[in-house]
Order: sequence, then structure tokens, then C-alpha cells
Amino acid sequence: MNRYIAIVPAHNEVGAIADTIREIHAAAPQFDVLVIDDGSSDATAASALGAGARVVRLPFNLGIGAAVQSGYIYARRHGYQVAVQVDGDGQHDPRDIPRLLEALQADPQAHFVIGSRFLGPPTGDRSTPFRRVGIALFARVVSLLTHQRVTDPTSGFRMTDRTGIELFARDYPSDYPEVEAIVLAHRHAMPARELAVTMRPRTSGTSRISAPVSVYYLVKVLLALAVTVLRATPPQGRSRPAERTS
Amino acid sequence: MTVATRLLPAVHVSSTTATLQRIAVIAIAVIVFVIVFELVRRRALMERYALLWLLAAVALLVLALWRGLLTTLAGDVGIYTPANALFAAGFVFVIVLLLHFSTVISRLSEQNKVLAQRVALLDERVEQPAPPSSQPSDP
Repeated sequence: MNRYIAIVPAHNEVGAIADTIREIHAAAPQFDVLVIDDGSSDATAASALGAGARVVRLPFNLGIGAAVQSGYIYARRHGYQVAVQVDGDGQHDPRDIPRLLEALQADPQAHFVIGSRFLGPPTGDRSTPFRRVGIALFARVVSLLTHQRVTDPTSGFRMTDRTGIELFARDYPSDYPEVEAIVLAHRHAMPARELAVTMRPRTSGTSRISAPVSVYYLVKVLLALAVTVLRATPPQGRSRPAERTS
Repeated sequence: MTVATRLLPAVHVSSTTATLQRIAVIAIAVIVFVIVFELVRRRALMERYALLWLLAAVALLVLALWRGLLTTLAGDVGIYTPANALFAAGFVFVIVLLLHFSTVISRLSEQNKVLAQRVALLDERVEQPAPPSSQPSDP
């Protein structure tokens, strides 16, 4: 059994999921691949199983936050020491996983490493100009809240160690979780480290964030950030329903 | 024609209208009672939530039966028109109720999420043999 796990949330990604899994196996063979099928109506789960991943099938669509959290609960249960999140749509290049792992393990203070598409030379897919404005705003707010420079807070390409696995299994934001998770981790003394990565245009599926909901997204995340900061840090031992397992 | 005789019919009509209004309000309160009881009897409404509506119906009934209570209460808080006091009270009641339901829905969503995650994880354990870890390390 590997000590490392790749958590791949996927919703109707039948066109990309198998390639993503094969790429992870090729680029980072020390990682087990766990696909969280978030209530897909297509053959995402079957395709993932065929490509050699383990698959957790949510009975209906719970949203990216709850899907990713399911992966962290699985990782905690099975004793994994490192978890990396990789989108199922082919945006993230699994060849960056070893670099993320190296960054995580090089520094004993590092518990949380995020692949940023805005660090380093401008290459690859950098989202639409409209979205970049939103991302830049989040970057400013998150940088202020966490007292450090964060360039790509919406990146879902991130790696954490056992400490982070246990935190995210216990408490993970819903709806649009990437930005909030950084602040949440910071509140638990796990500042995010960024590493330059190249992102690719998605090869299948559609983005969660369409134009009409982007304003809602913006307001919701800002509100959630304020709440996350104002909320008392939950004591480590507090047991939420998600945590108790048979 | 004196002022008194001109006013008399008006007062009379108003009194009849008031009685009709009172009967109507009592009827509405009784109807609410019956509907809520019937829903509870059919298990379509839990007692916990039925209580709120029964309380509202009781309040309506008391106001209809107790002559002048609404006027006195409205006067006490400085509202000239008793009807406005009723509207204000009803509005506050509905707002509080909606807020309460929002918290109930939030709790149900969270519980629903946890259940779905657990079912999915159990399902994986049952359906896909030889898990990568034979000893779950969960405390």
C-alpha cells in the first residue's frame, strides 16, 4: 500500500478521467488514485475503475467541497500520509506532483502546498480575463488575511500532509472551497506554500463557475472568508458527525 | 339633522361589520386548527412544527374573542390603528419562522451531506474488494 494518495474529484468527466488517472500513475507511481464521483450521470465511475483507480461514488451531486472532503475522510481512514488534489478534467499536469511532494517534504514547516499558475513565467492556461479579476481580488484578500503572498487561491491543485488530511476530513468548506480552505488551514497554523505550475485548458466538461453565478460566487466566498476568520478555531478533539466512523 | 343622528347609522354598521369580522377571524383560526391537526394526524407535519402554527391560531382566536385587547395592546406600544399592530406582529412572526426554517434546512443539508459521504465510503468498501489498506487507522 502506498502512503500517498491522489484525490480526484470528478463530475461528468468521462472524456478526461481515464487519461488523468493514467497520467498520475505514470508521473507519480507512489500515489494511489482515488476518484470521487460526485453524482455523475455519465460513465465517469466505470471509466475510472477501468483505468485502475479506486472510486467513491457519491449517491447524488454534493458539490466539490463535500466531494473533496470525502477523499480526505478516506485518506484519514486508510492512514495516508500525503494527499494531493488533482482535478478530473485534465487541467492539472500530474507531472508536477513530484515537485509538489518535494516542496512539501523539503521543509518540516510546510504542511500545505498549492500549485499556482500565476507564479513564474506566464505559460499555460491562465483562465479568462474576467475570471482573472476575481482571482486577483481573492488573492489580495487571502494575502491580507494570511499575512503572506498568495497568487492563485482558486487553484484546486494542492497537496497536504497528515495534519492537513485530518483537518480537512474534519472540516472542509462547501460550494467553492478552494479559497476558504487556505484561510482555514492558516487558522490551524498550516500556511500555504505556493509552487509555480503550468495549467492546461480543460479537456472535458464545463467549469463550475458560469458568468451568472460568478457574482454570487464572489460575494459568497468573501462572506465565508469573513466568517472563517471570525469563527473560533475548533478544538482539535471536537467531533463532528463526519468524523465519527464505525 | 343633528350630528348624533348622522353618526348613529354609521356606528351601527361599523358594529355589525366588526361582528362579521370577528366571526371571520374565528373561522380562520378554527380552519388553521383543523388543517394543522389533520396534517399531524396524517404524519405530514411533525408536532414540533405544528406547535408554532397552533400557537399562531390561538393568538388569532384570543384577539378575536377578547374585545379591545388588540386596541389596548396597539395603544400601549403607540400604534394608532390596531390593524397595523396586527400586521406588524404577523410580519415579525413570519420573519422569525423563516429564519428558523433556514436553520433547520442548514442542519438537514449538513446531515444529508454526512450521510451521503458515509454511504459512499461504505459502498466503496463493500463493492471494491482488496482495499489498499487492510487496517483502517481511524481512531
